[in-house]
Amino acid sequence: MYSQKVMEHFRNPHNVGEFEDPDGVGQVGNPQCGDVMRIGIKVQEDRIADIRFQTLGCAAAIATSSMVTDLAKGKTLDEASKISRDDVAHELDGLPANKMHCSNLAADALREAIKDYRDRQSKSK
Amino acid sequence: MKKGLIYLDHAATTPMDVSVHREMGQYCCLFFGNPATLYSLGRRSNEGVEKARAEVATLLGSSPDEVYFTSGGTESDNWAIQGTAFSHMEKGKHIITSTIEHHAVLDTCKFLEKIGFEVTYVPVDARALIDPDDVRRAIRKDTILISIMHANNEVGTVEPIAEIGKIARKAGVPFHTDAVQTVGKIPAKVDELGVDMLSLSGHKFYGPKGVGAMYIRKGTRIQRFMHGGGQEHNKRAGTHNVQGIVGVGAAAKLAVEHMSEDAERLRKLATKLNDGLLSSIPDIRSNGHPENKLPGMVHVCLEGIEGEAMLLCLDAEDICVSSGSACTTGSLDPSHVLLAMGMPAEVAHGSIRFSLGRHNTEEEIDRVLEVFPPIVRKLRAMSPTYHKTNLQTFRK
Repeated sequence: MYSQKVMEHFRNPHNVGEFEDPDGVGQVGNPQCGDVMRIGIKVQEDRIADIRFQTLGCAAAIATSSMVTDLAKGKTLDEASKISRDDVAHELDGLPANKMHCSNLAADALREAIKDYRDRQSKSK
Repeated sequence: MKKGLIYLDHAATTPMDVSVHREMGQYCCLFFGNPATLYSLGRRSNEGVEKARAEVATLLGSSPDEVYFTSGGTESDNWAIQGTAFSHMEKGKHIITSTIEHHAVLDTCKFLEKIGFEVTYVPVDARALIDPDDVRRAIRKDTILISIMHANNEVGTVEPIAEIGKIARKAGVPFHTDAVQTVGKIPAKVDELGVDMLSLSGHKFYGPKGVGAMYIRKGTRIQRFMHGGGQEHNKRAGTHNVQGIVGVGAAAKLAVEHMSEDAERLRKLATKLNDGLLSSIPDIRSNGHPENKLPGMVHVCLEGIEGEAMLLCLDAEDICVSSGSACTTGSLDPSHVLLAMGMPAEVAHGSIRFSLGRHNTEEEIDRVLEVFPPIVRKLRAMSPTYHKTNLQTFRK
């Protein structure tokens, strides 16, 4: 049911972990639904210099988290904000229909992290 | 089976026994006659069917003419419930079942509710055990059927069917049990259980898929389910699945021979697995009734991980298991059984079921105990909730 790419990212996810002092953190989902994703970012010159994730969830949830961190790394914040669930699913060679809500979360968590970073910036100004 | 594969999902299905397969083979190509025909080739098929019926009857402690062959557990459950409901409509419209039944029972009851029947779903305790007094209290003047499963397919709790059977008989209410998980594994004698109807499925005890049976006690009023030819005493139409039926018979015969030995061995292996998991993994809990349990069934919940992820990591190690997590059930909700046991959704999502069978060895259990704890550590290290939310339910 999963593409080979999903299974690769699930078995060996990229960018797992958390930063001691992230510039922005986004968390979405809840344990009742069985999916929680947290993404932390380090920002340099308006670009995502580094990114890490932690995910509770199924293989699709873990694979989409891993993929979204790959897609976001090095991008400007504006570019990264535009990454959609369809982009993530497409890069993973597709997801089963009932799993599309999981990939939605990964892109959402990234946007939340970027929002958190921008909120912090505007507060410190 | 693939060499090196560790199959621990016998509650889902079992590998067909080689001798069962051999027995079936001759009825596919050699004795292929329609058992309803009069010439010797057809009579030979009919003999195979009737021999199988006698073998299933021996396993159930019934008379052969109380055994009706069907396409499996789902059909038997549908037939028992709908057939009883439709043949008792003038008497009443009330049905009693439980919250932890298989969907073949639950969804049939929901269908009947839609067309005017009323259903009481008796609850279970935290170990998935039904209190017979709850069934007694649910009985009304217009109750026409009680349907309670013999053992639960997810956590393995064996229900007090004999006690419920006495209550049903006293009240004069027909009593059906879905015994798909127990037949061939633990004694399921219809008189000891006090049931009027019982569903069974061939592939759960080393027989073929797509064939099962229903026991219907003599004198039980039930409408026919399939309309057509006069097969199965005019109660279940359709040309007999001869090779499948022969397979169920052969599997029943094997079950009679192996049951007590298998059960004892599986209990030991399951205890080894259960205790090994609980001692090597923190924040884990074992589910189901500790004593009234199917032999070979181990069901655990792990904090901070989702079931499907564990399942697929085990699959990568060539170990087959099941999970009651939402992701594997195809819905967003975790297993209705775990929720009915009072388990919070976030705990139910982290469930995993090991169901052992006849061919499992101690070495295989050792292998699971070797590879599973590192999988749990890896997934928990990735989890944003592990040790960050306080799941009180684990800390008892």
